[in-house]
Amino acid sequence: MRQEIPLLITAIVGIGFVIQYFIPHWPFGKMSDWFSDWFSIVGACAIILGALNLLKVSIEKTYRRKEDWGYAAVIIASFLLMTIIGIAEGRGFRNPGTSFDWLYNFVYIPLSATMFAILAFFVASASYRAFRARNFEATLLLIAAFFVMIGRVPVGHTLSSFMPIGWQLSDLASWVMTVPQAAGQRAIMIGIGLGIVSTSLRIILGLERAHIGGGK
Amino acid sequence: MSVRTKELIALGVISLFALIFYLGKVWGWGTFEFPTLLSFIVMAFIGLSLLWILILTLKGRLIERRVVFVYVGFAVALPLFMSFSQKITISPEVYQLHEAIMELPAGSKVLISFDYDPPSAPELQPMAESIIRVCFERDLKVIVMGLWPQGPQQANLALERVFEDSAILAKNLQYGEDYVNLGFQAGNEFVIQRMGSSFESMFSSDYEGTPYREIPLVRNVRNFSNVDFSVNLSAGFPGTVEWVQIAVDRYGLLMGAGNTAVQAPVMYAYLNAGQLEGLLGGMSGAAEFEAVAEYRAKGTKFMLSQTFAHVVVIAFIIIGNVAFFRSGRKSKLKGN
Repeated sequence: MRQEIPLLITAIVGIGFVIQYFIPHWPFGKMSDWFSDWFSIVGACAIILGALNLLKVSIEKTYRRKEDWGYAAVIIASFLLMTIIGIAEGRGFRNPGTSFDWLYNFVYIPLSATMFAILAFFVASASYRAFRARNFEATLLLIAAFFVMIGRVPVGHTLSSFMPIGWQLSDLASWVMTVPQAAGQRAIMIGIGLGIVSTSLRIILGLERAHIGGGK
Repeated sequence: MSVRTKELIALGVISLFALIFYLGKVWGWGTFEFPTLLSFIVMAFIGLSLLWILILTLKGRLIERRVVFVYVGFAVALPLFMSFSQKITISPEVYQLHEAIMELPAGSKVLISFDYDPPSAPELQPMAESIIRVCFERDLKVIVMGLWPQGPQQANLALERVFEDSAILAKNLQYGEDYVNLGFQAGNEFVIQRMGSSFESMFSSDYEGTPYREIPLVRNVRNFSNVDFSVNLSAGFPGTVEWVQIAVDRYGLLMGAGNTAVQAPVMYAYLNAGQLEGLLGGMSGAAEFEAVAEYRAKGTKFMLSQTFAHVVVIAFIIIGNVAFFRSGRKSKLKGN
């Protein structure tokens, strides 16, 4: 029964969701609304659960002085600081001029942007070390990357302004993005879509049981 | 010098710069710009030094990756203090989004979903500000929301920036009547699906806590059929893909999108299929939208940094390939 009941719930909910997509009328439409409401409720609870779990893991790491426990201590301090200030400031804690807003604007935003900006350095370094014309495919990728990188910035237009319209670097970059790149993306998306459909059908029909710990 | 000491020195230097920029912002220091001659000297120096690295590579001396980091750092940071004007070419997808907004009659309701957080703000925030500005200039009603927790706060920052413009301020736009922030709702794509039947069920109150039915702008907005156009600003999941699959495909919502440069290529399939009414991709998309809206702001300014960074990365790719071919040839000769 431990396996059958979850499989039955999965099958009913899965089939219900498929039907409501094609027949959005009562009772399937209403059922879809219920599921969506419940998903939002569960999602909101998951956010709280995730935050508390992060706190628990960080406290444990700091208490046991595990490797890099200093970072965990920073997480605890930041977590408590934001939470205490947010609660102390009441309902309008996110309004302009509040301490929470100050922390968001002058600590959270610059730190987050800094983390993301590091990507530029790694991309440049990786391009220098690994982006090589080793074979035909790699050379093709290199040429396409060159046209897109130079064509997507104004200097590309300036460098090729003597060329006829439609053949300038910006036009070539646009062509690469809208034709071969979009075709490749579409192929990947169709492949992913078919994969999702087949996996979903296997789960709904109970052929795939790995998610309930029942082997294949 | 130990690694820890080097790290502390680097942290100290970064903190010092952060403090200087913070004080500059708080005390309202004017923007600092290099004189044009100095800008040219800096550019020439960077160009010549890259040429020198190329010559060294041809001679068989390879550079460390830390040198690449230094060049990227300079390429991104120095142009922020330069004032070159660049001619920005407008892509058809950017023009299409602008046209779609311009064609809306005054009073139309535009839903803007802020599905991103601060790490993606340098790319998406300029788009948000320009789009909101164009909407207000056209007397459109703006409804903002977020499927990411930080989205609504980013929306408020964008609104604050737009209201710094005296022309927009003169319109005396009222919160709740001309624009509203519905806040964040957990549930990812299920929020979009539920909004298809009822906005109120997902947003019982706005960001300020005002009940949905007491907000004049959205009192009669029941679902997507009461929204004239929407723009999704997205940095990942949930984002434009989910909006297209549910709101556009299922409920027929007209939608344009602004994405990070990493995410934008995926959207071209939707754009070509007519499921998106225009697309802004990354910083260049933001700059192009500013150009077509005839308002030069952050997107245009940051574009100079992007140009420099692209050129430096291309230069290092060329240098890397020179090193590769040189070493390949050498090993081939050794083999012979």
